[in-house]
Amino acid sequence: MIDPVLEALQEQIRVAAQARLPLRIRGGGTKDFYGGALQGEVIDTRAYAGIIDYEPTELVITARAGTSLAAVERAMQARGQMLAFEPPRFAEGGTLGGAVASGLAGPRRAYAGAVRDLILGVRLLDGTGEDLNFGGKVMKNVAGFDVSRLMAGALGTLGIITEVSLKCLPLPKLETTVAFDCSADQAIRMANEWGGQPLPISATCFYVGRLLVRVSGARPAVAAALSKMGGEVVVDAEAFWSGVRDHRHAFFAPALAGDATLWRLSVKPTAAYSDLGGDQLIEWGGGLRWLIAGERSDPGKLRAWAAAQGGHATLFRARSKGAEVFHSLDANLLEIHRKLKAVFDPNAVFNRGRLLPEF
Amino acid sequence: MLDSNVHAQLAAILPPAALLVAPEQTRPYECDGLTLFRALPAAVVLPETEAQVVAILKACHAARIPVVARGAGTGLSGGALPDPAGIVLSLAKFKRIVSIDALARTAVVQPGVRNLAISEAAAAYGLYYAPDPSSQIACTIGGNVAENAGGVHCLKYGLTVHNLRRVRGVLITGEIVEFGGDALDNAGYDLLALMTGSEGLLAVMTEITVKLTPKPQLAQVVLAAFDDVEKAGAAVAAIIGAGIIPAGLEMMDQPATRAVEQFVHADYPLDAAAVLLVESDGTPEEVGAEIEEIRRLLTEAGATGLRVSKDEAQRLLLWSGRKAAFPAVGRISPDYYCMDGTIPRKALPRVLRAIAQWSREFELRCANVFHAGDGNLHPLILFDANKPGESEKTVAFGDRILELCIEVGGTVTGEHGVGVEKLNSMCVQFAPEELARFHGIKEAFDAYRLLNPGKAVPTLHRCAEMGRMRVHHGALPHPDLPRF
Repeated sequence: MIDPVLEALQEQIRVAAQARLPLRIRGGGTKDFYGGALQGEVIDTRAYAGIIDYEPTELVITARAGTSLAAVERAMQARGQMLAFEPPRFAEGGTLGGAVASGLAGPRRAYAGAVRDLILGVRLLDGTGEDLNFGGKVMKNVAGFDVSRLMAGALGTLGIITEVSLKCLPLPKLETTVAFDCSADQAIRMANEWGGQPLPISATCFYVGRLLVRVSGARPAVAAALSKMGGEVVVDAEAFWSGVRDHRHAFFAPALAGDATLWRLSVKPTAAYSDLGGDQLIEWGGGLRWLIAGERSDPGKLRAWAAAQGGHATLFRARSKGAEVFHSLDANLLEIHRKLKAVFDPNAVFNRGRLLPEF
Repeated sequence: MLDSNVHAQLAAILPPAALLVAPEQTRPYECDGLTLFRALPAAVVLPETEAQVVAILKACHAARIPVVARGAGTGLSGGALPDPAGIVLSLAKFKRIVSIDALARTAVVQPGVRNLAISEAAAAYGLYYAPDPSSQIACTIGGNVAENAGGVHCLKYGLTVHNLRRVRGVLITGEIVEFGGDALDNAGYDLLALMTGSEGLLAVMTEITVKLTPKPQLAQVVLAAFDDVEKAGAAVAAIIGAGIIPAGLEMMDQPATRAVEQFVHADYPLDAAAVLLVESDGTPEEVGAEIEEIRRLLTEAGATGLRVSKDEAQRLLLWSGRKAAFPAVGRISPDYYCMDGTIPRKALPRVLRAIAQWSREFELRCANVFHAGDGNLHPLILFDANKPGESEKTVAFGDRILELCIEVGGTVTGEHGVGVEKLNSMCVQFAPEELARFHGIKEAFDAYRLLNPGKAVPTLHRCAEMGRMRVHHGALPHPDLPRF
């Protein structure tokens, strides 16, 4: 029998689909700022909550999407495990479904993988209210197209995720952070050179002349890495990394206060540093460049630079919604996006305009 | 027979040696690694440039001719089985490693490059391509992407999907598309993930950017013998529960151990009910500490014998048995049929008991090799195709195993793909609504269903005819619609 909470969600979807009215999928609302302007009546996922199955020795957790991220992380921590993609917690109350749908990941992403790398299966309600299961609770599964991974970062435009299974990883036995004074170009070079060696690096962050590198693993491995890399050990590094992960680091403050625009530029990690007209914070061994836009930061030029570096630029936090948020897609890809949208949400009910202006 | 008009178009695109139509030339393409299914294609084309691929696909699209892309033909699910009315598009000539960027740890390769060749080329930089399917000497990266291939080290290092940055390909309409890029993510949907494991149904690949991994300084393997399969399973749970992700974690049952021992002479314990291989890699300090802990956990779990590799030669010898499991079984039986279900590991004893029971009922021997870390089980059913009825019995036995995998919460294919082989099992694993979405995805890329038609996703008609349509919430979807 289908759960009454799910049934209510299905009903709300069917009514909206019939009237072709937009619905805005919302969990804790901690990422309302992200993506295009919000449209439509709220469909709240939080009532469908709770961990369904957690088997630490199978490295798998299955939970309802309305479960708070904090509850999931607490349960895992109690068993010595973690969500290795380090989903950002921009405010209290974020849900697991939101973390998956946004596809965002924290400092560990470049080393342990993104949401899409750890997702094993999803249950979802599509735009017709149909209750569908894809993937599963096992580590290896190639039966059918990989719809589960497609949901990561789709911002709810293909359906409401109701349940999700994720691969869990053990918490590192030890984490130590070391700092190096250097230029941005030196930081990018060092991070990539170390990345090519068997060192247990789990995060890097460069900001105002200082590169911080986190090393994680068994005690002997961490000790061996530190003696190889050198640097100055950073105290209270845990607070630093969660500040970067959750955007509470001082770098992000002007954007959070609404005084500045925050850009996210995802590029080839080895791309040379470029003065983009504002303050930068660089993560992921050079692969992720956050920018507090200055007067000289021209959106068109930012997008052109990111594209030339094999990546894309996102207007992550704007002072007001309205401008184009994501990098535009070429015509062939856009056509595929439109058709996929039509497969899962033929009436364009979900999160209209949130991912692409076209739907 | 190939339409003469299309033949003329293909002949204009390709040199004569790259267009095969005579049966004696197309015969080598009649099947892949799953020889139970065979068909001769109308033609085989061997393009060597992307422009040729574009032209071929445009011609086939216009004439509505099916196209089956093919790499090395090592697939085990019939994914490259030709369509008698269509062409096989071999990517054998796309075998160039375009570039290696050591600093960025990436390689740009053509789809026909062999898996192992990438690691060989990257070795000079202390890097390698991590996914290592057993067929890595022969199989190509294009096929690996199409099947989302795994390998014995994928618990720690991931599947193909975790080791890709970008795929460039051509749609059936001839349009060029790029999924992913040089960055760690992309704008819009994750079409790179969707493309991975899509079994040649969405686009024909022409170039792939893979992620390279630093080679660990040292690897060591522990071989542990158990007098009971359940104890071996518990040992695996204990290792993972202790926060260790071994580089490799493999199990073989007694029939598999005996078959490989005759083949490789690695001094495997023949009296053991199950043998575990547990590998640790990393810095010497890391490996030393981890191996010590693994030994302790295995002993506590009741291992009756333990052996740790002393050097690289010993490590490779201990692995040789596991890596040669398929050919070893091939030596003791005229034919064998390899299954590929994945199960939650805790269900292993139940599944193995059922397999042993059915093995007696069907009077067919079965050896089991198991990627224990990630739950991927490969029962190898031994049979003789020349004995009347034995192939059918084998397939029936296999279907039972796969249905049990679904029942215990697993899947019908962990790494070999659905191909044509597991179409029936897909009807059991997925509800019609879910299969309908898969068909929708297919048509979003290929409206006329010309790329590798009939593979990977069963038609609802097929499921209905089998009487195995999974009824969802008590009702069929769109009961008024014809079942295609």
